[in-house]
Amino acid sequence: MIETEHLQKKYGDLVAVEDLSFKVDSGQIWGLLGPNAAGKTTTMRILTGFLPATSGRAIVAGYDVFEQAEKVKKEIGYLPETVPLYPEMTVEAYLGFVAEIKQVPKTSKKAAIDRAVEITGLPAVRKRLVKNISRGYRQRLGLAQALIHNPKVIIMDEPTIGLDPAQIVEIRQLIKSLRGEHTIMLSTHILAEVTQICDGVVIINEGKLMASGRLDELTSAYREKDGVYLRLKKADDEVLNFLGGLPGIENVTREGEEIRLEWDRNNDRREEVVKFCLDKQLGLLEMRSLALTIEELYLRIVSGGIEQ
Amino acid sequence: MKAIWSIIKKELLSYFTSPIAYIIIFTFLLLSGFFFYSLVSWFNSVAMQLAQNPYYYQQININQMVFSPFFHNLSIVLLLMLPLLSMRLFSEEKKMGTEELLFTSPISVTQIITGKYLASLLILLIMLVLSAIPAVFTFIYGNPEVMPFLLGYLGLFLMGAAFLGLGIFWSAITENQIVSAVLTFGTLLLFWVLSWVGYSAHGLWQSVLNYLSFFEHFDSMTKGIFDTTDLVYYLSFAFFGLFLTHSVIQSRRWR
Repeated sequence: MIETEHLQKKYGDLVAVEDLSFKVDSGQIWGLLGPNAAGKTTTMRILTGFLPATSGRAIVAGYDVFEQAEKVKKEIGYLPETVPLYPEMTVEAYLGFVAEIKQVPKTSKKAAIDRAVEITGLPAVRKRLVKNISRGYRQRLGLAQALIHNPKVIIMDEPTIGLDPAQIVEIRQLIKSLRGEHTIMLSTHILAEVTQICDGVVIINEGKLMASGRLDELTSAYREKDGVYLRLKKADDEVLNFLGGLPGIENVTREGEEIRLEWDRNNDRREEVVKFCLDKQLGLLEMRSLALTIEELYLRIVSGGIEQ
Repeated sequence: MKAIWSIIKKELLSYFTSPIAYIIIFTFLLLSGFFFYSLVSWFNSVAMQLAQNPYYYQQININQMVFSPFFHNLSIVLLLMLPLLSMRLFSEEKKMGTEELLFTSPISVTQIITGKYLASLLILLIMLVLSAIPAVFTFIYGNPEVMPFLLGYLGLFLMGAAFLGLGIFWSAITENQIVSAVLTFGTLLLFWVLSWVGYSAHGLWQSVLNYLSFFEHFDSMTKGIFDTTDLVYYLSFAFFGLFLTHSVIQSRRWR
């Protein structure tokens, strides 16, 4: 549904995006991650047809962004980082205007406004002036304008920036509810947001693609060791030594109240560890897999300079 | 056409929900009313003085003594006020980030520019129509010539259309409305005074400078002379402004 091939964007001598290729499947929510000035906004602006790329190709909803810009624009909803609002309009008038320029047929305009207002939870402020509504509602209104023409693809640039924690949760719920019907790409700095709502990520740094793929595939691909965290009733140094002596266990460390065991990725030792704990009556309270968190993944890819 | 109409409606709403349109229209009408009243009063006193002498009385002409200076005064007022009308057209969109909404919608840059320009032309039309109301009374109580009056207003409209064409260009250049207004005003003034330079020039230069000057084209229209050259001049000026606006917007996105 969204695909780029060797996308490049230069501003004079400055290369903002370089050789960027990735693919997002239909109906999924993908995150575009990267540090500040990584080229996220530029990439989104290219995908929405706001900026032309210097070279390369971008396909959105089956159309070439550069050659069939008008068709792409009909199929795309865009929420820029600065929500594009006209303060002097009422919420309803604003959505009416957006519906008109997004070429929603006159006969279905009212239904489109009703639907967008309903999905984004705006009925309470429908008749109010945009300048008088809260930041949370403005963000919702930004989403409503992106949804008004029921686009196949929605691009969102930092949709939860500047919101309070309660509003962040609401907006995330809202975005999650759009999965399936729309293909969504969002940029964010909040990594927890990615694990909560995204199916996959594209990680870029200094305009270059560092990694892209489904979250589970990436965390698995970038995990160097397998292992578990154990929480035991009895966890003295002697137990640690015993655990370290088990065949295949490569590393044992204490992390707070937990014991971290590591082994080679192709040599699963979980059964042996459990058996050992039960045999020795160590009081096994908890055992969880040593999964790579999104933070670890991100830092490993961006700061560690690993390229896929 | 539907997209252009949507832009026009949106622009008119923006003009009339902020004080800008009211202030511009009010000030324009206040000044035009004052100029008209002063000129008619002066014309009355001259007419009363000359009433004793039928020969001179026959010579006085309300078109020349009232309407012609009235239109000249209004043209200066337009020069001062229209940059304030055009300054927000693109500058504000850029500053508010709403240009991203417009340019990612399935409407063309030409439609956006046309919609915005036509909305500003409508405000100009409202200003001119309202300013003409007092003048209508001179037709009820006197017998001025209609053609020079209509041509004078047509001249004002065409001149205003050219001013707005240039204004929309400067507003596409900067996101600062004040900068946009000052640049528009400066450029318009330059085109206005070209004829002054023209007086001291000779030959081809004189003709070129006079042709480029706003004043020369307007002057003949207030005298009731309609020349298609004047029409072509103002329309090409306006279209050139719109063309530059289009080029600026496109080039900015391609840079």
